[in-house]
Amino acid sequence: MSYYGESIAHSSLLGVGLGILLGTGINFGVIIICLLFGILFLWLQQSKILSTDTLLGVLAHLALSIGIIVISLNRIKIDIEAFLFGDILTVSSSDLWIMYLGVGITILLILINWSSLLLVTIDEDLARAEGINPIYINLLLTIVLTIVVAVSLQIIGLLLITAMLIIPAATSRRLANSPGQMALIATLVGVISVISGIFLSVELDAPSGPSIVVISAILFFLSYLFGLMQKD
Amino acid sequence: MKLTNALISAKNVSVLKNQKSILENIDIQINKKDFITIIGPNGAGKTMLLKCLMGFYKPTSGMIERKEKLKIGYMPQSINVINTMPMTVKGFITVKKKYDDVSLHKVITEVNLGEIVNKQLSVLSGGEMQRVLLARSLLNNPDLLILDEPAQNLDISGQLNFYKLIQEIYSKRDISILMISHDLHLVMVSTKKVLCLYKHICCSGAPQQIAKDPEFLSMFGKDMANMMSIYQHSHDHNHDHSYLVGEE
Repeated sequence: MSYYGESIAHSSLLGVGLGILLGTGINFGVIIICLLFGILFLWLQQSKILSTDTLLGVLAHLALSIGIIVISLNRIKIDIEAFLFGDILTVSSSDLWIMYLGVGITILLILINWSSLLLVTIDEDLARAEGINPIYINLLLTIVLTIVVAVSLQIIGLLLITAMLIIPAATSRRLANSPGQMALIATLVGVISVISGIFLSVELDAPSGPSIVVISAILFFLSYLFGLMQKD
Repeated sequence: MKLTNALISAKNVSVLKNQKSILENIDIQINKKDFITIIGPNGAGKTMLLKCLMGFYKPTSGMIERKEKLKIGYMPQSINVINTMPMTVKGFITVKKKYDDVSLHKVITEVNLGEIVNKQLSVLSGGEMQRVLLARSLLNNPDLLILDEPAQNLDISGQLNFYKLIQEIYSKRDISILMISHDLHLVMVSTKKVLCLYKHICCSGAPQQIAKDPEFLSMFGKDMANMMSIYQHSHDHNHDHSYLVGEE
Protein backbone atom coordinates (compact mmCIF):
# COMPACT_ATOMS: atom_id res chain seq x y z
CA MET A 1 0.00 0.00 0.00
CA SER A 2 2.92 2.41 0.45
CA TYR A 3 3.39 2.53 -3.32
CA TYR A 4 -0.21 3.55 -3.55
CA GLY A 5 0.88 6.64 -1.63
CA GLU A 6 3.64 7.12 -4.18
CA SER A 7 1.27 7.23 -7.12
CA ILE A 8 -0.97 9.68 -5.32
CA ALA A 9 2.10 11.81 -4.58
CA HIS A 10 3.21 11.67 -8.22
CA SER A 11 -0.16 12.97 -9.36
CA SER A 12 0.17 16.01 -7.11
CA LEU A 13 2.32 17.97 -9.58
CA LEU A 14 -0.61 18.00 -11.99
CA GLY A 15 -2.67 19.44 -9.15
CA VAL A 16 -0.03 22.13 -8.59
CA GLY A 17 -0.08 23.08 -12.28
CA LEU A 18 -3.84 23.12 -12.61
CA GLY A 19 -4.23 24.94 -9.29
CA ILE A 20 -2.04 27.79 -10.54
CA LEU A 21 -3.51 27.74 -14.04
CA LEU A 22 -7.12 27.93 -12.85
CA GLY A 23 -6.32 30.27 -10.00
CA THR A 24 -7.73 27.96 -7.31
CA GLY A 25 -4.49 27.82 -5.39
CA ILE A 26 -1.98 25.00 -5.07
CA ASN A 27 -3.48 23.22 -2.06
CA PHE A 28 -6.94 22.99 -3.54
CA GLY A 29 -5.60 21.77 -6.90
CA VAL A 30 -3.47 19.12 -5.24
CA ILE A 31 -6.29 17.78 -3.08
CA ILE A 32 -8.76 17.53 -5.97
CA ILE A 33 -6.32 15.91 -8.43
CA CYS A 34 -4.89 13.49 -5.84
CA LEU A 35 -8.39 12.43 -4.79
CA LEU A 36 -9.41 11.86 -8.41
CA PHE A 37 -6.31 9.79 -9.09
CA GLY A 38 -6.75 7.85 -5.87
CA ILE A 39 -10.35 6.98 -6.70
CA LEU A 40 -9.46 6.11 -10.30
CA PHE A 41 -6.75 3.82 -9.00
CA LEU A 42 -9.08 2.15 -6.48
CA TRP A 43 -11.67 1.60 -9.16
CA LEU A 44 -9.17 0.11 -11.61
CA GLN A 45 -7.78 -2.10 -8.86
CA GLN A 46 -11.25 -3.40 -7.98
CA SER A 47 -12.01 -4.21 -11.60
CA LYS A 48 -8.79 -6.28 -11.67
CA ILE A 49 -7.96 -5.48 -15.28
CA LEU A 50 -4.26 -5.05 -14.53
CA SER A 51 -1.99 -6.19 -11.72
CA THR A 52 -1.56 -3.63 -8.97
CA ASP A 53 2.16 -3.18 -9.72
CA THR A 54 1.53 -2.49 -13.40
CA LEU A 55 -1.33 -0.18 -12.58
CA LEU A 56 0.77 1.86 -10.16
CA GLY A 57 3.76 1.95 -12.48
CA VAL A 58 1.65 3.27 -15.35
CA LEU A 59 -0.62 5.64 -13.42
CA ALA A 60 1.99 7.18 -11.13
CA HIS A 61 4.41 8.09 -13.88
CA LEU A 62 1.69 9.12 -16.30
CA ALA A 63 0.37 11.51 -13.67
CA LEU A 64 3.83 12.95 -13.01
CA SER A 65 4.52 13.38 -16.73
CA ILE A 66 1.20 15.08 -17.45
CA GLY A 67 1.89 17.38 -14.51
CA ILE A 68 5.28 18.42 -15.88
CA ILE A 69 3.87 18.89 -19.39
CA VAL A 70 0.98 21.04 -18.13
CA ILE A 71 3.38 23.21 -16.15
CA SER A 72 5.92 23.67 -18.93
CA LEU A 73 3.40 24.14 -21.78
CA ASN A 74 1.71 26.94 -19.92
CA ARG A 75 5.02 28.46 -18.91
CA ILE A 76 3.89 28.50 -15.30
CA LYS A 77 6.66 30.12 -13.36
CA ILE A 78 7.22 27.74 -10.50
CA ASP A 79 10.31 26.06 -9.21
CA ILE A 80 9.55 22.44 -10.14
CA GLU A 81 12.56 21.31 -8.13
CA ALA A 82 10.94 22.71 -4.98
CA PHE A 83 7.93 20.46 -5.51
CA LEU A 84 10.04 17.42 -6.42
CA PHE A 85 12.41 17.60 -3.46
CA GLY A 86 10.77 20.01 -1.08
CA ASP A 87 11.73 23.53 -0.16
CA ILE A 88 10.74 24.73 3.26
CA LEU A 89 11.23 28.34 2.19
CA THR A 90 8.11 28.12 -0.02
CA VAL A 91 5.89 27.51 3.02
CA SER A 92 3.90 30.58 3.99
CA SER A 93 2.12 31.12 7.30
CA SER A 94 -1.26 30.43 5.70
CA ASP A 95 0.21 27.12 4.43
CA LEU A 96 1.04 26.36 8.05
CA TRP A 97 -2.59 26.72 9.08
CA ILE A 98 -3.66 24.41 6.27
CA MET A 99 -1.09 21.91 7.53
CA TYR A 100 -2.45 22.06 11.09
CA LEU A 101 -5.94 21.50 9.76
CA GLY A 102 -4.80 18.61 7.54
CA VAL A 103 -2.95 16.92 10.39
CA GLY A 104 -5.96 17.32 12.66
CA ILE A 105 -8.35 15.76 10.15
CA THR A 106 -5.92 12.92 9.43
CA ILE A 107 -5.49 12.03 13.10
CA LEU A 108 -9.25 12.17 13.67
CA LEU A 109 -10.08 9.97 10.65
CA ILE A 110 -7.47 7.39 11.65
CA LEU A 111 -8.51 7.29 15.32
CA ILE A 112 -12.20 6.87 14.51
CA ASN A 113 -11.60 4.08 12.01
CA TRP A 114 -8.56 2.51 13.66
CA SER A 115 -9.82 -1.03 14.18
CA SER A 116 -11.52 -1.19 10.78
CA LEU A 117 -8.30 -0.04 9.12
CA LEU A 118 -6.38 -2.73 10.99
CA LEU A 119 -8.74 -5.53 10.07
CA VAL A 120 -8.95 -4.58 6.39
CA THR A 121 -5.15 -4.50 6.30
CA ILE A 122 -5.01 -8.01 7.75
CA ASP A 123 -7.72 -9.66 5.69
CA GLU A 124 -10.59 -8.16 3.69
CA ASP A 125 -12.87 -11.18 4.14
CA LEU A 126 -12.42 -11.14 7.91
CA ALA A 127 -13.35 -7.48 7.77
CA ARG A 128 -16.47 -8.28 5.74
CA ALA A 129 -17.43 -10.86 8.35
CA GLU A 130 -17.46 -8.04 10.93
CA GLY A 131 -19.71 -5.97 8.71
CA ILE A 132 -17.01 -3.66 7.34
CA ASN A 133 -17.08 -2.78 3.66
CA PRO A 134 -13.40 -2.76 2.59
CA ILE A 135 -14.17 -0.38 -0.27
CA TYR A 136 -15.14 2.38 2.20
CA ILE A 137 -12.01 1.80 4.23
CA ASN A 138 -9.83 1.93 1.12
CA LEU A 139 -11.58 5.13 0.12
CA LEU A 140 -10.87 6.51 3.58
CA LEU A 141 -7.23 5.57 3.15
CA THR A 142 -7.18 7.41 -0.18
CA ILE A 143 -8.55 10.53 1.48
CA VAL A 144 -6.04 10.34 4.32
CA LEU A 145 -3.13 9.78 1.92
CA THR A 146 -4.30 12.69 -0.21
CA ILE A 147 -4.32 14.99 2.79
CA VAL A 148 -0.88 13.77 3.85
CA VAL A 149 0.52 14.34 0.36
CA ALA A 150 -1.00 17.81 0.08
CA VAL A 151 0.29 18.76 3.51
CA SER A 152 3.84 17.48 3.10
CA LEU A 153 4.38 18.31 -0.58
CA GLN A 154 6.17 21.61 -0.03
CA ILE A 155 8.43 20.35 2.73
CA ILE A 156 9.35 16.81 1.64
CA GLY A 157 8.73 17.00 -2.12
CA LEU A 158 6.63 14.57 -4.11
CA LEU A 159 9.49 12.24 -5.05
CA LEU A 160 10.34 11.62 -1.41
CA ILE A 161 6.92 11.52 0.26
CA THR A 162 6.86 7.73 -0.12
CA ALA A 163 10.07 7.57 1.88
CA MET A 164 8.33 9.26 4.80
CA LEU A 165 5.38 6.90 4.46
CA ILE A 166 7.67 3.86 4.66
CA ILE A 167 10.83 4.64 6.65
CA PRO A 168 9.41 5.82 10.02
CA ALA A 169 6.96 2.89 10.01
CA ALA A 170 9.74 0.41 9.19
CA THR A 171 11.88 1.96 11.93
CA SER A 172 9.21 1.55 14.59
CA ARG A 173 8.40 -2.01 13.42
CA ARG A 174 11.55 -3.18 15.19
CA LEU A 175 10.67 -1.44 18.42
CA ALA A 176 6.91 -1.97 18.73
CA ASN A 177 4.77 -4.87 19.95
CA SER A 178 1.38 -3.72 18.71
CA PRO A 179 -0.02 -1.73 15.81
CA GLY A 180 -0.90 1.17 18.11
CA GLN A 181 2.60 1.31 19.54
CA MET A 182 3.99 1.12 16.04
CA ALA A 183 1.92 4.11 14.92
CA LEU A 184 3.00 6.15 17.94
CA ILE A 185 6.69 5.36 17.57
CA ALA A 186 6.51 5.98 13.81
CA THR A 187 5.00 9.40 14.48
CA LEU A 188 7.77 10.16 16.94
CA VAL A 189 10.44 9.00 14.48
CA GLY A 190 8.81 11.16 11.80
CA VAL A 191 8.79 14.24 14.00
CA ILE A 192 12.42 13.74 15.05
CA SER A 193 13.43 13.21 11.39
CA VAL A 194 11.66 16.35 10.20
CA ILE A 195 13.05 18.60 12.94
CA SER A 196 16.62 17.33 12.69
CA GLY A 197 16.36 17.19 8.89
CA ILE A 198 15.39 20.86 8.74
CA PHE A 199 18.35 21.78 10.97
CA LEU A 200 20.61 19.69 8.71
CA SER A 201 19.29 21.44 5.61
CA VAL A 202 20.00 24.83 7.17
CA GLU A 203 23.49 23.71 8.15
CA LEU A 204 24.30 22.34 4.67
CA ASP A 205 22.12 24.78 2.72
CA ALA A 206 20.51 21.69 1.15
CA PRO A 207 16.88 21.05 0.15
CA SER A 208 14.71 20.09 3.13
CA GLY A 209 13.19 16.86 1.72
CA PRO A 210 16.40 14.91 1.12
CA SER A 211 17.85 16.08 4.46
CA ILE A 212 14.78 14.78 6.31
CA VAL A 213 14.91 11.45 4.47
CA VAL A 214 18.62 11.03 5.24
CA ILE A 215 17.98 11.54 8.95
CA SER A 216 15.03 9.13 8.98
CA ALA A 217 17.11 6.50 7.16
CA ILE A 218 19.86 6.89 9.79
CA LEU A 219 17.24 6.30 12.50
CA PHE A 220 16.04 3.25 10.56
CA PHE A 221 19.52 1.70 10.49
CA LEU A 222 19.99 2.47 14.18
CA SER A 223 16.74 0.69 15.03
CA TYR A 224 17.85 -2.23 12.87
CA LEU A 225 21.12 -2.48 14.79
CA PHE A 226 19.21 -2.17 18.05
CA GLY A 227 16.97 -5.03 16.95
CA LEU A 228 19.97 -7.21 16.08
CA MET A 229 21.61 -6.51 19.44
CA GLN A 230 18.43 -7.42 21.30
CA LYS A 231 18.31 -10.79 19.57
CA ASP A 232 21.81 -11.71 20.79
CA MET B 1 -42.42 -12.97 6.32
CA LYS B 2 -39.88 -15.63 6.97
CA LEU B 3 -40.49 -18.80 5.08
CA THR B 4 -38.53 -21.04 7.38
CA ASN B 5 -37.02 -21.23 10.78
CA ALA B 6 -33.57 -21.93 9.35
CA LEU B 7 -30.44 -19.95 10.26
CA ILE B 8 -29.75 -19.44 6.58
CA SER B 9 -31.85 -20.60 3.72
CA ALA B 10 -30.92 -20.18 0.07
CA LYS B 11 -33.30 -20.81 -2.80
CA ASN B 12 -32.36 -21.15 -6.43
CA VAL B 13 -29.11 -19.24 -6.02
CA SER B 14 -27.07 -18.77 -9.18
CA VAL B 15 -23.91 -16.77 -9.73
CA LEU B 16 -22.72 -15.66 -13.13
CA LYS B 17 -19.35 -13.91 -13.28
CA ASN B 18 -17.77 -12.65 -16.51
CA GLN B 19 -20.30 -14.72 -18.46
CA LYS B 20 -19.07 -17.79 -16.63
CA SER B 21 -21.42 -19.80 -14.53
CA ILE B 22 -20.04 -20.22 -11.00
CA LEU B 23 -23.10 -21.54 -9.15
CA GLU B 24 -26.31 -22.97 -10.59
CA ASN B 25 -29.65 -23.20 -8.79
CA ILE B 26 -28.34 -23.92 -5.33
CA ASP B 27 -30.86 -24.77 -2.65
CA ILE B 28 -29.45 -25.09 0.82
CA GLN B 29 -30.80 -24.74 4.30
CA ILE B 30 -28.74 -24.51 7.45
CA ASN B 31 -30.67 -25.32 10.58
CA LYS B 32 -29.87 -25.24 14.26
CA LYS B 33 -27.22 -27.79 15.28
CA ASP B 34 -26.45 -28.75 11.68
CA PHE B 35 -22.98 -29.95 10.74
CA ILE B 36 -22.67 -29.69 6.99
CA THR B 37 -19.50 -30.38 5.04
CA ILE B 38 -19.19 -29.13 1.47
CA ILE B 39 -16.89 -31.05 -0.84
CA GLY B 40 -16.10 -30.52 -4.48
CA PRO B 41 -13.19 -30.06 -6.88
CA ASN B 42 -11.28 -26.81 -7.37
CA GLY B 43 -13.36 -24.25 -9.17
CA ALA B 44 -16.59 -25.87 -8.02
CA GLY B 45 -17.76 -22.62 -6.47
CA LYS B 46 -17.42 -23.71 -2.83
CA THR B 47 -15.92 -20.48 -1.53
CA MET B 48 -18.33 -18.45 -3.65
CA LEU B 49 -21.24 -20.30 -2.06
CA LEU B 50 -19.93 -19.40 1.42
CA LYS B 51 -19.49 -15.77 0.38
CA CYS B 52 -23.08 -15.64 -0.90
CA LEU B 53 -24.45 -17.25 2.26
CA MET B 54 -22.56 -14.76 4.45
CA GLY B 55 -23.69 -11.84 2.30
CA PHE B 56 -20.20 -10.87 1.07
CA TYR B 57 -21.32 -11.43 -2.49
CA LYS B 58 -24.68 -10.79 -4.07
CA PRO B 59 -25.79 -13.71 -6.25
CA THR B 60 -26.93 -13.03 -9.80
CA SER B 61 -30.30 -14.58 -9.07
CA GLY B 62 -32.04 -16.46 -6.27
CA MET B 63 -32.90 -15.65 -2.72
CA ILE B 64 -30.92 -15.91 0.49
CA GLU B 65 -32.54 -15.41 3.86
CA ARG B 66 -30.58 -15.08 7.07
CA LYS B 67 -32.24 -15.31 10.43
CA GLU B 68 -32.52 -11.98 12.15
CA LYS B 69 -29.53 -11.12 14.35
CA LEU B 70 -27.78 -14.27 13.20
CA LYS B 71 -24.23 -14.30 14.54
CA ILE B 72 -21.79 -15.91 12.13
CA GLY B 73 -18.22 -16.80 13.01
CA TYR B 74 -16.08 -17.01 9.88
CA MET B 75 -12.74 -18.72 9.65
CA PRO B 76 -10.90 -18.16 6.35
CA GLN B 77 -8.50 -20.69 4.86
CA SER B 78 -5.54 -18.57 5.85
CA ILE B 79 -4.58 -14.96 6.22
CA ASN B 80 -1.47 -13.21 5.02
CA VAL B 81 0.34 -12.53 8.24
CA ILE B 82 1.88 -9.28 7.32
CA ASN B 83 5.34 -9.12 8.75
CA THR B 84 5.38 -5.38 8.43
CA MET B 85 3.01 -4.98 11.37
CA PRO B 86 3.56 -6.29 14.89
CA MET B 87 0.51 -7.88 16.46
CA THR B 88 -0.03 -10.26 19.33
CA VAL B 89 -2.44 -13.20 19.20
CA LYS B 90 -4.69 -11.49 21.71
CA GLY B 91 -4.57 -8.23 19.80
CA PHE B 92 -5.55 -10.05 16.63
CA ILE B 93 -8.46 -12.06 17.93
CA THR B 94 -10.03 -9.06 19.64
CA VAL B 95 -9.65 -6.43 16.92
CA LYS B 96 -13.10 -5.13 15.91
CA LYS B 97 -14.88 -7.74 18.04
CA LYS B 98 -17.51 -7.17 20.66
CA TYR B 99 -16.54 -9.46 23.50
CA ASP B 100 -16.31 -9.67 27.26
CA ASP B 101 -13.61 -11.15 29.47
CA VAL B 102 -15.66 -14.27 30.16
CA SER B 103 -16.07 -15.22 26.52
CA LEU B 104 -12.44 -14.31 25.80
CA HIS B 105 -11.26 -16.59 28.59
CA LYS B 106 -13.64 -19.32 27.48
CA VAL B 107 -12.36 -19.24 23.89
CA ILE B 108 -8.72 -19.18 24.96
CA THR B 109 -9.25 -22.31 27.05
CA GLU B 110 -11.44 -24.00 24.50
CA VAL B 111 -9.00 -23.59 21.64
CA ASN B 112 -6.00 -24.03 23.93
CA LEU B 113 -4.31 -20.71 23.24
CA GLY B 114 -3.08 -20.21 26.79
CA GLU B 115 0.59 -20.51 25.97
CA ILE B 116 0.62 -18.43 22.82
CA VAL B 117 -1.89 -15.71 23.61
CA ASN B 118 0.80 -13.08 24.09
CA LYS B 119 3.04 -14.22 21.25
CA GLN B 120 3.46 -12.30 18.02
CA LEU B 121 1.45 -13.60 15.05
CA SER B 122 4.59 -13.71 12.92
CA VAL B 123 6.20 -16.49 14.99
CA LEU B 124 3.25 -18.91 15.05
CA SER B 125 3.31 -22.35 13.43
CA GLY B 126 0.66 -23.34 10.90
CA GLY B 127 -1.40 -25.27 13.44
CA GLU B 128 -1.20 -22.46 15.99
CA MET B 129 -2.31 -19.94 13.39
CA GLN B 130 -5.36 -22.03 12.50
CA ARG B 131 -6.33 -22.24 16.18
CA VAL B 132 -5.97 -18.48 16.45
CA LEU B 133 -8.25 -17.98 13.45
CA LEU B 134 -10.73 -20.40 14.99
CA ALA B 135 -10.61 -18.56 18.31
CA ARG B 136 -11.33 -15.28 16.55
CA SER B 137 -14.34 -16.76 14.78
CA LEU B 138 -15.72 -18.07 18.09
CA LEU B 139 -15.24 -14.94 20.18
CA ASN B 140 -18.69 -13.42 19.76
CA ASN B 141 -20.48 -16.72 20.54
CA PRO B 142 -21.73 -17.31 16.99
CA ASP B 143 -24.83 -19.35 16.15
CA LEU B 144 -23.13 -20.57 13.01
CA LEU B 145 -19.48 -21.29 12.38
CA ILE B 146 -18.38 -21.12 8.75
CA LEU B 147 -15.00 -22.66 7.91
CA ASP B 148 -13.28 -22.53 4.53
CA GLU B 149 -10.86 -25.46 4.23
CA PRO B 150 -9.60 -24.84 7.74
CA ALA B 151 -6.97 -27.58 7.83
CA GLN B 152 -5.62 -27.34 4.34
CA ASN B 153 -2.17 -26.13 5.27
CA LEU B 154 -1.64 -28.57 8.12
CA ASP B 155 0.18 -31.88 8.19
CA ILE B 156 -1.82 -35.02 8.86
CA SER B 157 -1.54 -35.00 12.65
CA GLY B 158 -2.28 -31.30 12.65
CA GLN B 159 -5.40 -32.01 10.62
CA LEU B 160 -6.50 -34.76 13.02
CA ASN B 161 -6.06 -32.49 16.03
CA PHE B 162 -7.85 -29.65 14.35
CA TYR B 163 -10.89 -31.69 13.39
CA LYS B 164 -11.01 -33.16 16.88
CA LEU B 165 -11.16 -29.61 18.18
CA ILE B 166 -13.99 -28.74 15.80
CA GLN B 167 -15.86 -31.85 16.97
CA GLU B 168 -15.43 -30.79 20.61
CA ILE B 169 -16.67 -27.30 19.89
CA TYR B 170 -19.66 -28.69 18.03
CA SER B 171 -20.61 -31.01 20.86
CA LYS B 172 -20.10 -28.46 23.65
CA ARG B 173 -21.64 -25.38 22.10
CA ASP B 174 -25.07 -24.66 20.77
CA ILE B 175 -23.65 -24.09 17.33
CA SER B 176 -24.16 -25.06 13.71
CA ILE B 177 -21.18 -25.72 11.48
CA LEU B 178 -20.79 -25.26 7.76
CA MET B 179 -17.41 -26.30 6.49
CA ILE B 180 -15.60 -26.74 3.21
CA SER B 181 -13.23 -29.65 3.51
CA HIS B 182 -11.48 -32.17 1.33
CA ASP B 183 -10.49 -34.34 4.26
CA LEU B 184 -13.75 -36.18 4.22
CA HIS B 185 -12.27 -39.34 5.70
CA LEU B 186 -11.30 -37.25 8.72
CA VAL B 187 -14.47 -35.27 9.19
CA MET B 188 -17.01 -37.94 8.38
CA VAL B 189 -17.29 -39.01 11.99
CA SER B 190 -18.50 -35.60 13.07
CA THR B 191 -20.30 -34.32 10.02
CA LYS B 192 -24.02 -34.95 9.81
CA LYS B 193 -24.47 -34.07 6.19
CA VAL B 194 -22.23 -33.96 3.15
CA LEU B 195 -22.93 -31.79 0.18
CA CYS B 196 -21.13 -32.41 -3.13
CA LEU B 197 -20.81 -29.28 -5.14
CA TYR B 198 -19.79 -28.80 -8.71
CA LYS B 199 -21.51 -25.56 -9.69
CA HIS B 200 -24.76 -27.33 -8.86
CA ILE B 201 -25.37 -29.59 -5.91
CA CYS B 202 -24.51 -33.01 -7.28
CA CYS B 203 -25.65 -34.96 -4.27
CA SER B 204 -26.16 -34.55 -0.58
CA GLY B 205 -26.91 -36.68 2.44
CA ALA B 206 -25.38 -38.43 5.41
CA PRO B 207 -21.75 -39.45 4.82
CA GLN B 208 -22.44 -43.21 4.73
CA GLN B 209 -25.28 -42.71 2.39
CA ILE B 210 -23.45 -40.35 0.11
CA ALA B 211 -20.56 -42.72 -0.32
CA LYS B 212 -22.95 -44.95 -2.22
CA ASP B 213 -24.24 -42.23 -4.45
CA PRO B 214 -23.23 -42.73 -8.08
CA GLU B 215 -22.58 -39.04 -8.56
CA PHE B 216 -20.24 -39.05 -5.61
CA LEU B 217 -18.43 -42.09 -6.96
CA SER B 218 -18.03 -40.57 -10.38
CA MET B 219 -16.72 -37.36 -8.89
CA PHE B 220 -14.31 -38.65 -6.31
CA GLY B 221 -13.73 -42.23 -7.38
CA LYS B 222 -14.18 -45.46 -5.51
CA ASP B 223 -11.09 -45.05 -3.37
CA MET B 224 -12.52 -42.05 -1.64
CA ALA B 225 -15.83 -43.82 -1.14
CA ASN B 226 -14.06 -46.83 0.27
CA MET B 227 -12.06 -44.67 2.61
CA MET B 228 -15.28 -43.17 3.82
CA SER B 229 -17.40 -46.16 4.35
CA ILE B 230 -15.58 -49.35 3.38
CA TYR B 231 -18.52 -49.99 1.22
CA GLN B 232 -18.05 -51.85 -2.02
CA HIS B 233 -20.36 -50.71 -4.63
CA SER B 234 -20.48 -50.77 -8.35
CA HIS B 235 -22.98 -48.96 -10.35
CA ASP B 236 -23.63 -48.30 -13.96
CA HIS B 237 -24.56 -44.78 -14.57
CA ASN B 238 -24.31 -42.33 -17.35
CA HIS B 239 -23.72 -39.03 -15.64
CA ASP B 240 -20.58 -37.74 -17.18
CA HIS B 241 -18.52 -36.50 -14.31
CA SER B 242 -15.45 -38.39 -15.41
CA TYR B 243 -13.65 -35.16 -16.27
CA LEU B 244 -13.55 -34.39 -12.60
CA VAL B 245 -11.79 -37.51 -11.45
CA GLY B 246 -8.18 -36.97 -10.60
CA GLU B 247 -8.51 -33.26 -10.27
CA GLU B 248 -8.32 -33.38 -6.54
